[in-house]
Amino acid sequence: MLETNSEEQPETNAQVLTVEQAIANLQHEDLSLRYYAAWWLGKFRVRDPAAVDALIAALEDEAHRIALGGYPLRRNAARALGKLGDQRAVPGLIRCLDCSDYYVREAAAQSLEMLGNPAAVPALIQLLEGGVAAAQQVPGRPHLAQPYEAVLEALGSLQARVAVPLIQPFLDHPIARVKYAALRAMYQLTEDDTYGQRLVQALEEGDMKLRRVVLLDLGAIGYLPAAESIAQCSVENSFKLIALKGLLEHGIEEVKLRSAVARGPLFVDPRSSHLPDTAIQVMNLMDSLL
Amino acid sequence: MTDASAQTQELIRAVTQADSPARLIAAVQKLAMAKDRAGISTLIAVLGYNNPTAATIAVKGLIQLGQSAVQPLMEQLDEYNYGARAYAIRALAAIADPRALDVLITAAATDFAPSVRRAAASGLGSLHWSELASQQRQSAQAKAQKTLLSVSQDPDWSIRYAAVVGLQALSTIPDLTQPIQAQFEQMVQNEPDLAVRARVQLARARAQTGICT
Repeated sequence: MLETNSEEQPETNAQVLTVEQAIANLQHEDLSLRYYAAWWLGKFRVRDPAAVDALIAALEDEAHRIALGGYPLRRNAARALGKLGDQRAVPGLIRCLDCSDYYVREAAAQSLEMLGNPAAVPALIQLLEGGVAAAQQVPGRPHLAQPYEAVLEALGSLQARVAVPLIQPFLDHPIARVKYAALRAMYQLTEDDTYGQRLVQALEEGDMKLRRVVLLDLGAIGYLPAAESIAQCSVENSFKLIALKGLLEHGIEEVKLRSAVARGPLFVDPRSSHLPDTAIQVMNLMDSLL
Repeated sequence: MTDASAQTQELIRAVTQADSPARLIAAVQKLAMAKDRAGISTLIAVLGYNNPTAATIAVKGLIQLGQSAVQPLMEQLDEYNYGARAYAIRALAAIADPRALDVLITAAATDFAPSVRRAAASGLGSLHWSELASQQRQSAQAKAQKTLLSVSQDPDWSIRYAAVVGLQALSTIPDLTQPIQAQFEQMVQNEPDLAVRARVQLARARAQTGICT
């Protein structure tokens, strides 16, 4: 829903493919067609088992290298596999966390978070080795030693409570985005309100880009007390709507879960028309941002 | 009011010559508060200055100027700057003058920018229909409904959400209630995004209790 979608769009000219062509193209002699096919299969959520198999194989690709040593096809394959929701991708993605290419590791961490499989936790924890001291910028590159943001966020989403003592020091990381990722994970792992409040405070600091990051974090953790601050802060409405959508959906799931526990699973009507007041408040805010 | 007072000219100059974001915001605030038609064109220009705070103030000012801002807003719609266009459409939606119907329909159905489409779709249900003669009214409402029913099936969740807000307002019109409720029933069954489904439920609940927003 955002106006720009640059992150995902590969440089190759857009091309219409069929599922069969895209799968076949993953082995095409033209490497740029392989790269495009991997992106395409993720973008259009092609859950065909043959597509998943071919993408898993592409995680070990050796043919497509760039001058700095990166593996472009592996990056796109790892990103796509997160979107396809097939758990068979988990072992291959875990192996990618050891890849020499930072961007492959980052894509793998993000996709492992999306697949929601706790089997990834030990390997993700390993990337935090050395703590904040090791979390320095790699000389000559625009990134840190590890994709800390993606790793911290994945550990939070995967409910990796064992990682709490390792995540805590990152709350003081000098880079704001890493600090926010740590706050987000700590909130998810402890449900301690202070972490949520610190993210809300961050909405008033930093530049527009950072505020966008914080908005998406608040949406991802569904922190309901942030609703008003999200609606008020100085960022484009598109980002505010995504964040409030996160709050709304999280709030509704929570209520459903609680009523399921209270009344027994048999009494839960998935189409129940009862909406909690907090959900209505969030929707009123969303309406005002359209 | 037609020939701008010297005072308004001064306020306009302060906006066009502002050399910092803070001065711009202050100047737009003053011009908006003057509620002078002579300032309309300048307030519309501010929508394209890429300063969200100033633009929000300008939108409020334009809404307060009401019907006299409608024609200039439609004529000065910025083809190249979708941010400015979204603000202008928001102002038109809030003023709710039915002269904007065709502009809103085109924006809701075909604009490439989601922000513009959302603003248009949510506003399309709440135009002041009573300002139209009765023969015109029915066909105008039917056009708005047709557009919103189609927009409510857009691939973008936020645009579907906005269409539901528009449809909720339209569904208070007796002739349109039935098809809109049928569409809501469809969406409760098939809508993939929980947030949009929740908004449909809220729209249905409000229809039952007769609250319209």
